[in-house]
Amino acid sequence: MGRFAIILCVWMGAVSAATDLEKRVSALAEELRCLVCQNQTLAESNAPLAVDLRNQMREQLSKGASEREVREFMVARYGDFVLYKPPFKASTAALWLGPFALLLAGAVLLVRRVRRRREPEPALSAAERERAAKLLE
Amino acid sequence: MKKLWLPLGFIALIVLLGVGLTLNPRQVPSPLIGKAAPPFELPRLDQPSKTFTQKEMLGDVWVLNVWASWCPPCLAEHPVVTELAKSVPVVGLNYKDAREDALPWLARNGNPYQLSVYDANGRIAIDYGVYGVPETYVIDRKGVIRYKHIGPLTPQDAQKKVVPLVKELRGG
Repeated sequence: MGRFAIILCVWMGAVSAATDLEKRVSALAEELRCLVCQNQTLAESNAPLAVDLRNQMREQLSKGASEREVREFMVARYGDFVLYKPPFKASTAALWLGPFALLLAGAVLLVRRVRRRREPEPALSAAERERAAKLLE
Repeated sequence: MKKLWLPLGFIALIVLLGVGLTLNPRQVPSPLIGKAAPPFELPRLDQPSKTFTQKEMLGDVWVLNVWASWCPPCLAEHPVVTELAKSVPVVGLNYKDAREDALPWLARNGNPYQLSVYDANGRIAIDYGVYGVPETYVIDRKGVIRYKHIGPLTPQDAQKKVVPLVKELRGG
């Protein structure tokens, strides 16, 4: 009975280690782009290269590599393009700052327009007032 | 003058997006340009017992061409590679192929390669950042990658880019 319990424990430990590794592989694969079908992540794609790369990631993680090291491995070969979240540098500044610049420009336009509208309407002359009163009767 | 701002901005945006549309998203700039060609030691396609390493090409300007018998674009570019091989040594990297398919393919279509190495599981191709066969690399005398072409080489690619670059690298 004791031996059985030990075997069970070891087996369960192995299973949970394996699922932990799978979780790490798929979490990492979620943030990397498949080079073959470029609108899919490495996790979603079934292209042969995506399968190879997932195997490669699994192998490296199981050998004790960190997520960061695996990410660097991928970037060294395929460039920043593989990252769904590219790093901020000179070549990607427009990518990161562009939306905020557009937002700012929109806000400036909006504020200007609202201010212009706030200017008081020209007052009515006595004749216009009389006419308006008649119309409202 | 103020009224011009909005249409001008709009036109600028259209031009930017228009340029974006003309770019090919498949042509991903390789981070390997200017770096040493990743080292490998692989069995030869024709002689499994012999290995070949990129070090043997040191001192020469050469071309590495990734190909496979299962890859139709490789067949399409084969005449271009054959022509190119007359002026520069071309080494083939046979990618995720089977010898019994690859060797008859060469026998059928001609073998322009100085030799081909056999990357059965595609592991070395990963080091070279290969993601769409065929791919072609120009490597200089010091073993540094100077150019990478993704997809089939057209005669224009070979004549306008690869051949002049090889000449330039040989001269320098």
